[in-house]
Amino acid sequence: MTRSTDTRASTSAASEFDATRRAFLAGAVATGTLVVAGLSASTGDAMAIGPGAFPAGAAQPHAFVRIGTDNVVTVLIKHLDKGQGVTTGLTAIVADELDADWGQMRAAFAPADHRLYANAAFGPMQGTGGSNATANSWDQLRKAGAAAKQMLMEAAAERWNVRLGDVRVERGVVISGDKRATFGELAASAAIRPVPANPKLKDAKDYIYIGREGAVTRLDSRAKSTGTATYGLDIRRPGMLTAVVAHSPKFGGRVKSFDATEAKKVRDVVDIVRIPTGVAVLAKNTWAAMKGREALKVTWDFAVAETRSSDAIMAEFKRQATRPGLQAASKGDATSVLRGVVKKVEAEFEFPYLAHAAMEPLNGVIERRSDGSMEAWAGFQFQTIEQATIAAICGVPAERVTLNTLFAGGSFGRRATPTADYVAEMAHIVKAIDFKAPVHLVWTREDDMTGGMYRPMVYHRVTAGLDPSGKIAAWQHRVVGKSIFIGSPMETMLALNGIDPTSVEGVSDTAYSIPNLDVQLHNGREGVSVLWWRSVGHTHTAQVMECVVDELAAAAGKDPVAFRLEHLTGAPREAAVLKLAAEKAGWGTPLPAGRGRGVAVHESFNTFVAMVAEVTVSADKVKIDRIVAAVDCGVAITPDVIRAQVEGAVGFALSSVLRNSITLRDGEVQETNFDSFEPTRMPEMPKVEVHIIPSSEPPTGIGEPGVPVVGPSITNAIAAATGKRLRSLPLNLKGLTGA
Amino acid sequence: MISLDVNGKSVQIDADPEMPLLWALRDLLNMTGTKFGCGMALCGACTVHIDGQPTRACQTPVSTAVDRKITTIEGLTGPVAAAVQGAWQKLDVVQCGYCQSGQIMSAVALLTENKKPTDSDIDAAMEGNICRCGTYQRIRAAIHDAAKQLA
Repeated sequence: MTRSTDTRASTSAASEFDATRRAFLAGAVATGTLVVAGLSASTGDAMAIGPGAFPAGAAQPHAFVRIGTDNVVTVLIKHLDKGQGVTTGLTAIVADELDADWGQMRAAFAPADHRLYANAAFGPMQGTGGSNATANSWDQLRKAGAAAKQMLMEAAAERWNVRLGDVRVERGVVISGDKRATFGELAASAAIRPVPANPKLKDAKDYIYIGREGAVTRLDSRAKSTGTATYGLDIRRPGMLTAVVAHSPKFGGRVKSFDATEAKKVRDVVDIVRIPTGVAVLAKNTWAAMKGREALKVTWDFAVAETRSSDAIMAEFKRQATRPGLQAASKGDATSVLRGVVKKVEAEFEFPYLAHAAMEPLNGVIERRSDGSMEAWAGFQFQTIEQATIAAICGVPAERVTLNTLFAGGSFGRRATPTADYVAEMAHIVKAIDFKAPVHLVWTREDDMTGGMYRPMVYHRVTAGLDPSGKIAAWQHRVVGKSIFIGSPMETMLALNGIDPTSVEGVSDTAYSIPNLDVQLHNGREGVSVLWWRSVGHTHTAQVMECVVDELAAAAGKDPVAFRLEHLTGAPREAAVLKLAAEKAGWGTPLPAGRGRGVAVHESFNTFVAMVAEVTVSADKVKIDRIVAAVDCGVAITPDVIRAQVEGAVGFALSSVLRNSITLRDGEVQETNFDSFEPTRMPEMPKVEVHIIPSSEPPTGIGEPGVPVVGPSITNAIAAATGKRLRSLPLNLKGLTGA
Repeated sequence: MISLDVNGKSVQIDADPEMPLLWALRDLLNMTGTKFGCGMALCGACTVHIDGQPTRACQTPVSTAVDRKITTIEGLTGPVAAAVQGAWQKLDVVQCGYCQSGQIMSAVALLTENKKPTDSDIDAAMEGNICRCGTYQRIRAAIHDAAKQLA
């Protein structure tokens, strides 16, 4: 009746994604230990490796590659896979350099250890974000795979008494003359060999998986198609209590007092405790915890809470925009040039708060082990911060906190939280009950949706003008919105002068050649928490840039693709994706009345995406018929995963283009579930075609970059179909056809 | 004690009769393949079959599931399930994967009733299942592919 399954068993339910396999490249240490990081190549002993134990850029096969005597190769994945498929892509990099057979490849999430698994773009911090998982692993994993391959070959040469030059590897088999051995047969002797400092990396022409269509399939497909993949919500520990928290209905509200009398009467409710973020109800099952919370009476103190409505905050933003702001970019003299231009576009754009609304509501499990150390399970995304947060709250050193990173049921940025919000909350709860039982903190959908950490609400005001030849002469731009970084523990990563680059990215660094550019920023100061939301600042800046550019093209009487290309002479990769998308979409071919085609191109996270949308407008309804995308993300490691990410970006972004907003009335979030904040559904999904530019540039991200162009390509298509220029998101379709 | 027929087995649970089947499955029977998404039958992540009909377990009190055949993702068997799950893997439908148990339960129910669904049949049968990752294009293709396999 109660749950007594050991999670170690359920975590390994997915055999393709098995964190518990015994053995390692050091077959010599087939001890069943999970501690892979820190195996010494020379002795086979498990030992802690301090920072600097590996010179920067050195091959680290022991940290990333395990080869078992059972011939299974496991790649340690230092990043969270929240659907973007990074486990498959990173495993493919190793498999290729190793010349392994794809069937012998597995992946496992790495433990939390910033000394081995830091994100190269984040400094000494393990974490996933900024669509850089592939980019910051590319060299590291190629070297690890190549080093492991060389060690296997050396072991074979020694065993067979042949020259190393006469040994080769083909699809998981080490060969010399008529001699053959599997990786598993060589693992033990390979493991104790020194790690080569500079293993030879493959030429691109020799890749067997990287960039090869159909060569790899997702490692998580089977588990996720059979209900056996393990998420945080699925963790079951002996004696575990489920906690549901009564949170303040307004941001910044605090518990004044609470009455637990009725809540304690609910069957299976065990405990009710006050924590910094509210009052936690602990019960033997989730339903009882939810019922207990319903019966709980909490009086809140809103003295320092945000009590305004979102309309009032937006009105304040508009007032701020009338004044000069912080200078985010400045070139030439936009103000005086704009005074002299004949044709100009003046536009304002409003963007609402948006919830990430991942399908798995935030949750995690935490417990204190008998030796006093802490262990936790969740879809961890900022492991170093999460580990330190648990350590600080529970009073143990960080190295005594074990994190088990699991598949996350989506994130879209929400789990990459500088304050480790929900992780801190679960630590506070287990501490409040004096660590007497494992705690599973579960946020309901309502907690998740009303809990803040939204894409910021943003206001843009632009004036842009054309010179007599119909080229952009000047562009003046003011952005108002709350900074993600300022006030967060990551504020030091901020650029100087109070400018958060994520507020203006995509505007201040626009690829368009604009001789006079003036971009200013006001930081909003409202008490609503904000965070990165799949493609971050680009979620709004691409809409503004690409709609205004489209309006300027119309004012110049030029074709929107040709007009963009005129201004992308210094941006060959943007130009290339734009041309490819236009060509594949049949740009310029006629469409029937009521239909329209629109285009957008935008770089984000060093990836270039162009999109052409075809829409049908009838009454005040828009149907997206077709989306054609062209992508340049450098070397396309797993082309089908790349296509899937862009298809998914369309499905993800579409509802934010058509209807989604998080609004506040007197400080309280009005949208609480999927009825009032409704994601895209099956009948709305357009046909999406994705074309990938062949490239030998280093690989860049693909999780986020499909999102920014969805809104403007659709908005511009609606303009083409109807002649009406919409701007703000979500699009106001009422009265579009003048009805 | 309440007696339920889950995946062909009779199981006993000691629960509040109002407890939704979702939580009985997940918390009392430790069958975690069925997911919690919204608690209001808005997203379909908790879809199970009750007497063959796709049903949202989060809005089904256990008391109403007594004496009925409950099938969860863990208990899916037969040629339709094999074709659907095979197509899902062949086309690499999943991304985060969290909604996919529910998607597959809805797809199996559709193909059990309708051997050759049109795009609008798929729209109608799958509209209640949200995929925040936006895998709809591949879900549609996988359902067509499974139908072809079954023909």
